[in-house]
Amino acid sequence: MQEEFKGKNQLDVEQLTKEKYKYGFTTDVETDIIEKGLNEDVIRIISAKNEEPDWLLDFRLKAYRHWLTLEVPTWAHLRIPAIDYQGLSYYADPRAKKDGPTSLDEVDPELLKTFNKLGIPLEEQMALSGIAVDAVMDSVSVKTTFKDTLLEKGIIFCSFSDAVKDHPDLVRKYMGSVVGYRDNFYATLNSAVFSDGSFVYIPKGVRCPMALSTYFRINAINTGQFERTLIVAEDDSYVSYLEGCTAPSRDENQLHAAIVEIIVNKNAEVKYSTVQNWYPGDENGKGGVYNFVTKRGLCKGDNSKLSWTQVETGSAITWKYPSCILRGDDSQAEFYSVAVTNNYQQADTGTKMIHLGKNTKSTIISKGISAGRSENSYRGLVKVSANADGARNYSQCDSLLMGDKCGAHTFPYMDIHNDTAVVEHEATTSKISEDQLFYCNQRGISTEEAVGLIVNGYAKEVINKLPMEFAVEAQKLLSISLEGSVG
Amino acid sequence: MLKIKDLHATINGKEILKGINLEVKPGEIHAIMGPNGSGKSTLSNVLVGHPAYVVTKGSVSFKEKDLFAFSPEDRSKEGIFLSFQYPVEIPGVSMVNFMRSAINEHRKYNGLEPLSASAFLKLMREKRSIVDLDVKLANRSVNEGFSGGEKKRNEIFQMAMLQPTLSILDETDSGLDIDALRVVAEGVNKLKSPTNSTIVITHYQRLLDYIKPDVVHVLYNGRIVKTAGPELALELEERGYDWIKAELGE
Repeated sequence: MQEEFKGKNQLDVEQLTKEKYKYGFTTDVETDIIEKGLNEDVIRIISAKNEEPDWLLDFRLKAYRHWLTLEVPTWAHLRIPAIDYQGLSYYADPRAKKDGPTSLDEVDPELLKTFNKLGIPLEEQMALSGIAVDAVMDSVSVKTTFKDTLLEKGIIFCSFSDAVKDHPDLVRKYMGSVVGYRDNFYATLNSAVFSDGSFVYIPKGVRCPMALSTYFRINAINTGQFERTLIVAEDDSYVSYLEGCTAPSRDENQLHAAIVEIIVNKNAEVKYSTVQNWYPGDENGKGGVYNFVTKRGLCKGDNSKLSWTQVETGSAITWKYPSCILRGDDSQAEFYSVAVTNNYQQADTGTKMIHLGKNTKSTIISKGISAGRSENSYRGLVKVSANADGARNYSQCDSLLMGDKCGAHTFPYMDIHNDTAVVEHEATTSKISEDQLFYCNQRGISTEEAVGLIVNGYAKEVINKLPMEFAVEAQKLLSISLEGSVG
Repeated sequence: MLKIKDLHATINGKEILKGINLEVKPGEIHAIMGPNGSGKSTLSNVLVGHPAYVVTKGSVSFKEKDLFAFSPEDRSKEGIFLSFQYPVEIPGVSMVNFMRSAINEHRKYNGLEPLSASAFLKLMREKRSIVDLDVKLANRSVNEGFSGGEKKRNEIFQMAMLQPTLSILDETDSGLDIDALRVVAEGVNKLKSPTNSTIVITHYQRLLDYIKPDVVHVLYNGRIVKTAGPELALELEERGYDWIKAELGE
């Protein structure tokens, strides 16, 4: 009797904690992979495969040579196993043939199946949700939709490699202008070997009529993925950009070192939303994606506005600080983040708000949720330069703990050089208690659902910032990532 | 409806319940009284399946079914409701979302479709009036910033929403002033029916002035040592618990 009674309650929790990664599968697609290893020849091959102009090859080579002088950064609150950069392959092309498909019929059926498993059938996406999908699978864009509709308004939304071919001047002008190739170890590596990514250009005075969306997916064994996204919003324009991803289960760690650069001109507004659900590794901490991303936006013009919203539930290790440089007077920036870590996941994430212009305003809302044996850190910098009269920042960093084996840390940095600045920082730490869960149980709500209710309640300030299409998915993701992690 | 036989239970290895026997029939109100530490709250926690308590011996049947075969949430859906002595706060979860999840889980268990948003809100309004629960409280997070009295009202409100067959009120009177006590007790009385039963756990007689028990038990040192009619509560109020200890030869 005793065994049976006790066993029942414990079993529940254990089973829930061991909830397997729900999108764990791989696709059997012919992949054109370059030999493992990194040297100047590999970079020349990548550049040649993409039929790149000389200036871009130069950019890559300069980055590579600089990268050789850099050391792996160790300041984050992370334990990162040594990565053998010579053991990785730096290019994978899922196209069997050299010519890209022009319609869905030409797309490898295996690829389409993968998209269907992910719940993003392109046809339905096109017809129903009004989202243009630039689906990036491995390194080459497979299919771009709604291009024509967008082109009518002069909006460019294409793969990075297409942009290099079709709009070389724009790419050359803006690429590396916010995240220079010397920026940091991972950004420099990306600058040397980046494979593909997305390019968005919103012309002056244009409001992009639909949310632009890119699905990333890592799908080749041992292929680090080095995406590059460049978004340029001209004066008085507006765009909302969504990035979401899931990846198949893998035993070997996968490196992902992306760069996102955003330029926001006068009176323009860019909203960048991410739902990140890469494979976090198994319950013993084996496998999982390393997500070392450099995301930065420049509020270049007066009265420009940039907002980052992220829901981070995946990856074994996350190293990510979507940042804003508020150069234009009266420009505004926001960072809304929910970062969930469970089992052996580690996250060191936050933002940098660099106030340069007058009367600039930034808001930081960070919600960390730690469970299992995970480590979750918020790291943020608010910098106000001497010229930034009237700068304002409000930061709120909350941590929610589930269980007593996880860690939550907050590292707020402030660097204020102007007496008129108003900077506020609030932080709280709370814990989901067994009493709360039992209270829910007693009303008929299962532990799983109770965790979902509590976590979504905790994170709703951030979830509410997401576009509708993403908010629902994000809510589900939060629950899935944390099911039963209270022990 | 509820049959407890020779129930033994421990917490952290310490035996608290040492052989409880109790039968509650449909429509009855039973009061369980007793001094601090006698095992009153343990009994209620064991009945609703709190994981900290371990049943070491005995059986409980509820509506002819083995209660211990059900998880805590299924016990709720089978119709057992506990009004907590110390209701917890759940920041960020609105009463509306909380209640809606609970109601729909109960409905699913009984093979019913989820309530529509409008039907649900109508039900909320209707039940709120039973305990005069302010609409503002219903829109707040579960118990967050509620006064002691408001928390207890909120418990009875939830009881009204879920319409349990067996309600256990664990020291619902503690921390209540006389007006709040009356409102809560009246709420309980309004919910009374010939098919539903209630167990009232209390230290004091005063709650029983409002909720009239059919049977009164005295729980002492993990056992029910005396069972009688409502007059027993009055006697306890007058004489305290010492005479019972004396009767037991302690």
